[in-house]
Order: sequence, then structure tokens, then C-alpha cells
Amino acid sequence: MNDRCTEGCFFLTGKDFTNAGAASSNLKEILESLGIRPDIVRRTAIASFEAEMNVIIYAVAGMMQYSITPEMIRLVIQDMGPGIKDIDLAMKEGYSTAPDYIREMGFGSGMGLPNIKKNADTLNVSSVYGEGTTLEFIIYLTKPSQEGP
Amino acid sequence: MKLRDIAVSLSLECKTPGADLDREVTGGYVSDLLSDVIGNAGEGQVWITLQVHINIVAVASLKGLSGIILVNNRTPDEDTIRKASAENIPVLTSSLPAFELAGRLYALGLG
Repeated sequence: MNDRCTEGCFFLTGKDFTNAGAASSNLKEILESLGIRPDIVRRTAIASFEAEMNVIIYAVAGMMQYSITPEMIRLVIQDMGPGIKDIDLAMKEGYSTAPDYIREMGFGSGMGLPNIKKNADTLNVSSVYGEGTTLEFIIYLTKPSQEGP
Repeated sequence: MKLRDIAVSLSLECKTPGADLDREVTGGYVSDLLSDVIGNAGEGQVWITLQVHINIVAVASLKGLSGIILVNNRTPDEDTIRKASAENIPVLTSSLPAFELAGRLYALGLG
């Protein structure tokens, strides 16, 4: 991998289940093309997919920005959505506010944010109820090999 | 063991003609919760589920799964088949329920 910083952005449309996952797939390809270690690609893909699906399920629209340096992968996912009332509660495995039709699709099991936390090295969630949510997470490239859950 | 061998042994129907059935299957995972599969399934495993919508393809593709088997004679959505074919993710169907299908796969030697 060279020393340059690779940056980019994907736009996400709420309720667009047909293209859901496309941003994470593209990001995974970018990481692979940069020669990033497979265990790190796997962890990033899990975290980015969960973040992407949260935007698709809950928000009107959002965007996923990524920057990849020789030290780290940093993702910022910003959405125009309902916001999270109680972030501590949302971080608890099994807690979900998803409606029934989303649960019937196998989403909304309350594992999204916990899955991101498990796979990222740092996670910041900030949200304004009624306006939107921003997630920022970092996965370091320089740490020794670490398997996800 | 290849997906092709499994398909023949368990009389599975392949819904994605042209998709790669010759990939080595490393094991199986049964779940209908997408976050569970994204978090816990392993590369090369075959995924047993009753979900038939298009998002199962993204999950299988991101996790590098060897294929998806739909249980109980469930039929994949049209756009699921289209996307799975485009992304080379085999989608097969079985008349068996998930429990029995998983048992048969285990008996075939899949860990």
C-alpha cells in the first residue's frame, strides 16, 4: 500500500432496499484493491454494512465518507433521520425501534450498533433527536491481527 | 465439499443458472437475522435461511459466503435472482425446513 490517503463518499437513500449494501460492497473492493489485510477488510465490511443499513432503514438520506491512510480506516456516516433518543439504550444488544415489516426482513434485531462497536477500534455516535445521527468509527491498520466476534 | 455435490445429494434446485457451484463449502450457518449472519457467519460457508429478499445477496457477497439455500420451498424474489446472478452468488432452494436441512448437511460431513 502506498503512503497516500484515499478518500471518497457514497450517498445513501432511505428505504432503497434494492441498492442497500452497495456502498459497503464498493468500499470492500476499494480496501481489497489497496491490499488491506483480509481480517481488517472483514471487520470494516461488517461495521460499514450495519451503518449503511441503519441509514436505509431509518433515515431519509445519508452519506458515508471514508478515508484510508497507512495507519487507519476512518468512516463517517451522517444521516437525515429520526435521530436516536437514548444512545446508551441503542448500544444495547437486542434493543431496537424497528417496525414489524423491517424485522420480518431479518433487520432490526438490535445488533447493528453493537456489531459496529465490536468490529471498530473506536466508535463515536452523536445524534440530535428529530434531526439525524452521525457515526464515526476508526479501524487501525497497524494493530496486530485481531479476529472479529 | 462443493456446492454442486450438496445440491445433488439433497436434491436442491438452483435458481441462479451460471452461478459458481464449484466453490469449496467450508461449513454452514443457519439464521434469518441479517446482522447475525453479517457478524458471525464465516467465509465460504453456505447460508440456510427463509429470507428471500434482495438484501440477502449483499450479505452473502460481503461475507464471501459460498451460497444461499432457501428452506421450505420458498422462492427468491425476482430482483434477488437478478442480483445474485450478477454477483455470482448461488441461490438454491429446498423443500426441507431449516432444521432438517442443517441436519442433512451435517450428516454429509459439513462442520
